[in-house]
Amino acid sequence: MKNRKFIYLHSTFLLSLLLILVSGCEREVSDEVDFASFQTNPEVFIDGFSGGLEYLPFGGSKLDAFSVDEEVKYKGTSSMRFDVPNFGDPEATLGFAGAIFPDYGGRDLSGYDALTFWAKASKAASIDQIGFGSDFGESQFRDIQDKYLVTKQNLRISTGWAKYVIPIPDASKLINESGMFWYAEGPEDGDGYTFWIDELKFEKLGTVAQPRPAIFGGEDLEAEAFINIQGQIPQEGLTQTFNLASGVNETVFAAPSYFTFNSSDVDVVRVSELGVLTPVGIGTTTITATLGGVKAQGSAALEVKGGFNLAPVPTRNEENVISIFSDAYTNVPVDNYNGFFGGQTTTGTNPTIDASGMTFLHVDIRTEESIDSGDSIVIELIDFGADSAFGGGNDTGGGITISSGDLESGTWISLDIPLASFTNNTGGGLSGFVNGARANVAQLVFASGGISTLTVDNMYFYTE
Amino acid sequence: MNQINQVQMKEKMIPQRYLNRTGGTLSIMNKLVLAGILLLSFSCAVDNEQTVTNFTQLTMQDEFDTDGAPDGSIWGYDIGNGPNGDGWGNQELQYYTDRPENVTINNGVMIITAQEESFQGSGYTSARLLTKDKFSQTYGRFEARIRVPYGQGIWPAFWMLGVQDSPTEIWPFIGEIDIMEMRGQDPTKLIGSLHGPGYSGGEAISKEYLLQNERLDTGFHVYGIEWGPDYVNHYIDDVLYNQITPEDLPEGADWVFDNDFYILINLAVGGSFVGSPNAETVFPQTMLVDYVRVYKYNGLN
Repeated sequence: MKNRKFIYLHSTFLLSLLLILVSGCEREVSDEVDFASFQTNPEVFIDGFSGGLEYLPFGGSKLDAFSVDEEVKYKGTSSMRFDVPNFGDPEATLGFAGAIFPDYGGRDLSGYDALTFWAKASKAASIDQIGFGSDFGESQFRDIQDKYLVTKQNLRISTGWAKYVIPIPDASKLINESGMFWYAEGPEDGDGYTFWIDELKFEKLGTVAQPRPAIFGGEDLEAEAFINIQGQIPQEGLTQTFNLASGVNETVFAAPSYFTFNSSDVDVVRVSELGVLTPVGIGTTTITATLGGVKAQGSAALEVKGGFNLAPVPTRNEENVISIFSDAYTNVPVDNYNGFFGGQTTTGTNPTIDASGMTFLHVDIRTEESIDSGDSIVIELIDFGADSAFGGGNDTGGGITISSGDLESGTWISLDIPLASFTNNTGGGLSGFVNGARANVAQLVFASGGISTLTVDNMYFYTE
Repeated sequence: MNQINQVQMKEKMIPQRYLNRTGGTLSIMNKLVLAGILLLSFSCAVDNEQTVTNFTQLTMQDEFDTDGAPDGSIWGYDIGNGPNGDGWGNQELQYYTDRPENVTINNGVMIITAQEESFQGSGYTSARLLTKDKFSQTYGRFEARIRVPYGQGIWPAFWMLGVQDSPTEIWPFIGEIDIMEMRGQDPTKLIGSLHGPGYSGGEAISKEYLLQNERLDTGFHVYGIEWGPDYVNHYIDDVLYNQITPEDLPEGADWVFDNDFYILINLAVGGSFVGSPNAETVFPQTMLVDYVRVYKYNGLN
């Protein structure tokens, strides 16, 4: 994979190298040969669009959120104005303002260390996402979209002009970058507002220093992996932090391609340049990374014991099934899995499920841990009642306890539980599920006694 | 700190003796450049290089080339949190030790490390070395090549105190020359100062020098003074950024810099000068000292 990346990145250079070699066969290529011809123009928007710059709003955003403002400006004759829509604005179907500003001619930004700009807003606000490196996948110099995306999240701006610095995680990567600037911002507490950006440019500040990259959010993780089940190093845990001249530590999210990932044993897990983890053998390995030659904080110790043992594939007729989570059926929409609260794990559905015609709940569960006599799993079902909302005095719930005698380590346990068996009060104090209408089932809860990791598959209601 | 308000751009001309000698290249504030050009036009010099140092006869040097503890014939230690338990008069938060965790020599540099740890009732440990009773000198050139640490509440210093005339003479009457100080949260700002009776603490005669497009903490810099009768020149690398003379002192204040001074190097954490570290401050922090060299005043200036 590394070789491929190298070849790709340098294909343009190789071409020019060949041309030079052909035209001057007796001379070696000297150090002065200028392989790259990408312009180094640092300006993005000073008093107007810099050469080659385009404006491309996100689909579903307020398409006319951006305008050039000649009244309000920090310096010169104009600034960039962004009108963030109110909640419910019919012109913004997805309720936000956002755009990218690419230069598809590509620019060599390797001589700079930050994107800088002056900004102010009609009220104090936090811009959800702002940065550079976004290209909508249209860059002819990139094999993937947004290869070197950089995002500053929740940039706080105030009503007075101030300068902001978004550091480049590793400028040596940006020899032919198209993504000059991008942003995405929704209403603040439902209200739209306006912010302005001026003097938007790349700079060599010389004071962007003390890099502290991180992967896995800087945590040292331990996890189990299964042969041929690929995983991805979470992008939300990939960051680069610099100390700025102001003394502030500025952290930005950096795309995987800024990092060089490493697996301590490539015969156990391989890691691609994009952070894709592929377990290939039995054993243990540790995933680490560097960014610009600096070791990233955080790691993952992965243990591969073998292939993943899939749960038995369900065979019931789909007509008699309402599936919450199964590859065998079409699943109902689920708001969230793993909605942790108070030691429990919940699955919440939206809209609620009408299980009034159903008679059983099926789940397959598995744990690799040894089962002690006091261990148990509690499964609860909660129905929100006719108002389909939590509370309102019409919620019902019920639970059932799977005791240690019904649990076994290292094997899938298929449970087919009659809905009439959910007779216990829930941990939250609800009752009445058995006698309720069961027409607005909203939550499925797993609570464990003594078991820390439980794998669950094929959650569905059915009737025989 | 009042010290910031105290900072005055000294617009005096740099004396002829600092110009037209071989030495570092000129990269200094515009006003000094202007002064240099004016002088050059009179002296028909061949280039505009500025010499920041004149004294070349070594009287003491420590290159920190032997791994382990610093040379006990040159360096002693201040241990603890000050004789009055008040953080050495500055409400500093660290407990100074002479443990290798806080000071050691490795690979040709002395490493002073500020650790965040609970120790003897303090939340941090670090080290302060001094040449008191081992080496002191009147006048001359005192310089060290140092890479400073960074971060909110971090306070490295390379400085000097006057040897007491008698056991009853106390600071600020003994005099203090701060060759290098910086606040970790201002990574581009160097501070050089003189303290004496009537001009100490926040009222010190002080100057801040701001690096442009560069920082103090990303590499080694040479910090030094040249000190003679009636003047102390502060420089960093090849830039002479200040000269302090008795004329700069408050009306009637005594110039207390005509006797022996000894050297101190320390890395403080917190205190009234820098404020406390916060969650953003990275620990441990290290101050690296490549060498300390002292030269004799040659009397020619």
